[in-house]
Amino acid sequence: MVDFGFGLVPSSRINLDLFDREKYEKLVAMEPDAKICMACGSCTAVCTAGQFTPTSLREAIEDVFNAKDDKALEALKACQLCGKCSMVCPRGINTRHLILSITKVYSKK
Amino acid sequence: MIYEGKQKIWSDYQKEIPDDHYFYVRSCIRQSFFPASEATFLDITRNKLGKDIFETEHHTTCGGIAYHSDTIPQETVMTIIARQFALMAKNGYENYVCSCITSFGLYCETMETWREYPELEAKIRENLWKSCKLEFAKPKFLIHASDLIYKYRNQIAAQAVRKLVNVHTGEPLKVVEHIGCHYSKMFPSKGVGGAEYPYVLVGMVEAWGGEIVDYPERRHCCGFGFRQYFIKGNRGYSLSNTHKKFESMEPFKPDLIITNCPGCPYFLDRWQYVIAESTGKTYGQDGHGIPALTYEEVAGLVMGYDPWDLGLQTHQVGVEPLLDKMGVPYDPSKKYLGKNGKDIGEPLPCACLK
Repeated sequence: MVDFGFGLVPSSRINLDLFDREKYEKLVAMEPDAKICMACGSCTAVCTAGQFTPTSLREAIEDVFNAKDDKALEALKACQLCGKCSMVCPRGINTRHLILSITKVYSKK
Repeated sequence: MIYEGKQKIWSDYQKEIPDDHYFYVRSCIRQSFFPASEATFLDITRNKLGKDIFETEHHTTCGGIAYHSDTIPQETVMTIIARQFALMAKNGYENYVCSCITSFGLYCETMETWREYPELEAKIRENLWKSCKLEFAKPKFLIHASDLIYKYRNQIAAQAVRKLVNVHTGEPLKVVEHIGCHYSKMFPSKGVGGAEYPYVLVGMVEAWGGEIVDYPERRHCCGFGFRQYFIKGNRGYSLSNTHKKFESMEPFKPDLIITNCPGCPYFLDRWQYVIAESTGKTYGQDGHGIPALTYEEVAGLVMGYDPWDLGLQTHQVGVEPLLDKMGVPYDPSKKYLGKNGKDIGEPLPCACLK
């Protein structure tokens, strides 16, 4: 086989019917703001922890929506709750509260 | 598929295509990828059908490649386009036909932007005069070259020496039609048949005796996508797009893919080689690929042109099984002889793709 230096990319297609949506529905009931995020990435751009670790609230919100629970927790693991993200969010989401709620709902401990 | 429903949609999206007198502009990349296609278009329209198609050596790129790669400002592109239109008017034409789908999409986008923002049009008018001393003009009719072949499809069928039929079984060939995204996905009203069910290539295939294959990923992109291909790190996405299409069409066992875009036949053709050599998978019969041809090449085949004069040897996927099915005579020893019998060199054989 020839190595061209690039190859087929695994499909990113997700069938949401195959996942248990219970936790996501619980999160949205607690934190309706999770649904109004438009994934602009302002939170990630200003994140202090994000400069040194793969911390990203934008990715975490997307991950919980796509039933990737572990990935979401990993993306928030290094958050220090400094709150800079809440100052720049154009949708006015209480991001600190949202981060705590995600951790609470999805944490396996 | 509910055929009546599609007929209704097609009837809603019929564009006016003048019969004659066109200013023709070539495509940058088609001249490199499939050089004989444009020559065939001119030969069919001028010499076989007796139409007035004018072209000038002074026209340039439309700037589309740079525009879609984010390396050129939109106003610069518009001034380049205004220059092309000015050349058309200078030579006494008002119908503009272009060979490239990306150019066609860009011309539509530019004309629409000028309509919506007249102040921008005034600025481009000024830019054109300052840079080229040419009078600004807009085409009365802007069409793609495949629209023109679609319009002449029955005249071509009348002159055809063969049909898109398997001569061994008498069955129509199963043809996948692939429309370039920029043909009508941006401006559905500018394409024959709209964006969902474009009729431009379907009309040709039906007129020439073939049978259209309707498959799930029919409207999916070929995978070119400009930046996906130009940047090596993204090239896997381009390949995966093409792979998705082939996986979707494979169960229908198509004999041929017909396209109307510069990039689509290239990627549907070359990526079959890359998929075969990197994964071992082939999509045609007995280890062959599925030939991906331009509409001019298909028109040339039904009109009796020599396959090597049509440039079919420049395709990665071998066309011989298709030629055998259609009963097209060809001389294998002349495959790699260019114009005037000049040896153009034979590529090394592939390990997986026959």
